[in-house]
Amino acid sequence: MAERELNQSAETTPRLEMHNISKRFGATIALDGVTFSVLPGEVHALVGENGAGKSTLMKILSGAHQPDEGSMRLEGEAYHPRHPLDARLTGVGMIYQELSLALHLTVEENILLGMEPAKWGWVNRQEVRQRASDAIQRFNHPEIQPQTPVRELSVSARQLVEIGRSLAVGCQVLVLDEPTSSLSREDIRRLFEIVRDLKAQGLSIIYISHFLEEVQEIADRVTVLRDGKTIDTRNVSDVSPDEIVRMMVGREMKDLYPRSPRQQGDVLLTVNQLSGPEKPESASFDLHRGEVLGIFGLVGAGRTELLRTIFGLDELKSGEIKIGAFVGPGVPVEHWQAGMGMLSEDRKEEGLALNLSIADNVTLSRLRDFGPARLVMPQQQNNATNQWIERLNIRCREPQQLINELSGGNQQKAALARLLQHDVDILLLDEPTRGIDVAAKALIYQVIDDIASKQPAKAVLMISSYLPELLGVCDRIAVMHRGQLGEALPTASWDEHKLMLEATGQ
Amino acid sequence: MNWKILNKFGPFLALLFVYVFFALLDAKITTFTALETMLLQTVIVGISAIGMTLVIIAGGIDLAAGSIIALGSVVVALLLESFQFSPLVAALGGIGAGALCGIFNGLLITRLRLVPFIVTLGSLLIVRGVAKGLSGSIPINVGHTPLSNLLAALPADQKWQLLPSGAWLMIILAALIAGMLRYTKLGRHIFAVGSNEQTARLCGVAVERVKLFVYTAAGAFSGISGLMLMSYQEQGDPTGAIGLELDVIAAVVIGGGSLNGGEGSILGSIIGAVIMTVIRTGCQLNGWPPWVTQIVTGLVIVLAVLVDQLRHRQTA
Repeated sequence: MAERELNQSAETTPRLEMHNISKRFGATIALDGVTFSVLPGEVHALVGENGAGKSTLMKILSGAHQPDEGSMRLEGEAYHPRHPLDARLTGVGMIYQELSLALHLTVEENILLGMEPAKWGWVNRQEVRQRASDAIQRFNHPEIQPQTPVRELSVSARQLVEIGRSLAVGCQVLVLDEPTSSLSREDIRRLFEIVRDLKAQGLSIIYISHFLEEVQEIADRVTVLRDGKTIDTRNVSDVSPDEIVRMMVGREMKDLYPRSPRQQGDVLLTVNQLSGPEKPESASFDLHRGEVLGIFGLVGAGRTELLRTIFGLDELKSGEIKIGAFVGPGVPVEHWQAGMGMLSEDRKEEGLALNLSIADNVTLSRLRDFGPARLVMPQQQNNATNQWIERLNIRCREPQQLINELSGGNQQKAALARLLQHDVDILLLDEPTRGIDVAAKALIYQVIDDIASKQPAKAVLMISSYLPELLGVCDRIAVMHRGQLGEALPTASWDEHKLMLEATGQ
Repeated sequence: MNWKILNKFGPFLALLFVYVFFALLDAKITTFTALETMLLQTVIVGISAIGMTLVIIAGGIDLAAGSIIALGSVVVALLLESFQFSPLVAALGGIGAGALCGIFNGLLITRLRLVPFIVTLGSLLIVRGVAKGLSGSIPINVGHTPLSNLLAALPADQKWQLLPSGAWLMIILAALIAGMLRYTKLGRHIFAVGSNEQTARLCGVAVERVKLFVYTAAGAFSGISGLMLMSYQEQGDPTGAIGLELDVIAAVVIGGGSLNGGEGSILGSIIGAVIMTVIRTGCQLNGWPPWVTQIVTGLVIVLAVLVDQLRHRQTA
């Protein structure tokens, strides 16, 4: 390996340069002239809010997307990977949150997958073992033995196997995407040791994390992205977490958020000491009629798990849920009957049945109202749906149109219409405005305000990663950090800065 | 109970259990003749199951196996009878016909990116139709040829061979393919594709080539099974082996194959095929009607999948 050589030139040439990178998807500008570089033997943190453009930038780096404009250089030479395999072979290894290992294969088979030393197709098993051992011995992790099937390993050990795989192919740039979100303290400590070790060997590491305390601990430099632009690149030693947060959120708030006078009523939902298998840990709160309660937190904090546990989609380990007269854990069908509905963060996989019509999707949770004797008459489904198409301004041809022909924003409105059609009292909304355009967002804010203020008022529990929207829409906000739900405080006592500090564990 | 041991020897223990069960009911099943007959009856399903194991490990399915077996038998018979080819050429022709069907499946699945279940459901009908067309929808009688000895009980003066050559062929093929899976790059890649296709592609595995290979191999192995069917019946039968693909798939699943891909073993699949023969023979020897046999076979398949599930929960 040419490590020594590289170290010598460390201060002069960056190992990787991304220059003026732009990328748009349809009308959305994901990246707007981003510039970013990494030196040899450097840990460079990349931070920004969700949607700031980090993942798009990394997808371009790994060849999963092609940039519309801009250029990249690796080791001083032009670099334009056509696909992830290309990037890997040129020396850029990605370690994603969802680990990509073949679970049925052993550690050594995974590490050398696709590059097995072989003669006439016959694998040289000794060499496989040798090279795999070389790659993993730096980790010194008791669980990782060459012959162990990967599915028997813990998450942290799997992650190391994946790092080992990138090392075995000779990657000089490693991208760690939220590597600690599902690790324990001890595992994080071990991972950091390994990262420092790799850095000492001259590797360049791009470290993506929401946890600023980790950035402070492990990174040399930090680059902040916001709204698809590079805000700044600074030495970590010269910048306080406060400043980083300010760079991450520094935008103006628009007056998108209508707020009618709301009358807070009786408690509709009580959650008491709720724990799931991993997250959440012992979460408690009350939700009142005529109230919008927001939950902020970073990806991986356990917000979605909290909602899913309340709704009965995830396993409940301990704790209690009270919905009016209904007490205890229940399955989703019971919750719908008790007057609680949920909007999934994942429209395409979970929220909607994409190959069914709008009418079917809107009426799916409550089909008994559309005809005599439990029959479901399409005409009546259409009538009900038409009313929502009009009220929510869903742009479509007719209620029987397939829902996957609609734009994201209109799909989301239809998903929300299901809760309204069902006429639930408690609405659990998980990222209700994710990935939709501003006009659709404004309409959804209007709907949320309406249902919380117009009599009979309902109760809304809303998760969001987008600070202005939480501050604009909610009456109270609670912050979740690593599975722990903080106390719900009135919105007036929060600002973006405080929320971000709390969410990053400062 | 140690689950690791059960993992390794599960199918074998199941075989032992089923066999002892029937042996206790009726000792006839322990005679040499019964053993020989059972082995011969396993060969057709067993050889096809070798190829099916590859397909299933790679995360696919081949529903055309039964039809390919029938086509194989028809092609061999046709080459012998109508074209007067030598037995060796006829045999290779039948295997080649199977391989061609496999290539057809493989190309549709890899080039047009169609779902294996649908593609092979289609070729199940297509291949069956071709077999009927070639033979005029009637069996082609061949009479006694050297090929007939493949699956015939050994005459007294050849007992030194221990098993008829068809059975040896199955054993040798199974050993070869098992070795291929374990010791070659291709073998690793078949597991990798079935376990996580995206990862395999990311790591530079030629996913399409691997898939094309497994379907072609499965076709060729079913072609060999067709040859065996021809040898056993001394005729090319266009309506033979109907529904046999389900027996083949069941053998693979009983032997530890997972329909989600990434798992399976050749030895397990062969044992799975033997288990089904033992059940069938055992039921027959006890004079149980066919419907009982079917119910018992079905229950064993469900049981095998259940045990598989439990086992995964334990090791997860």
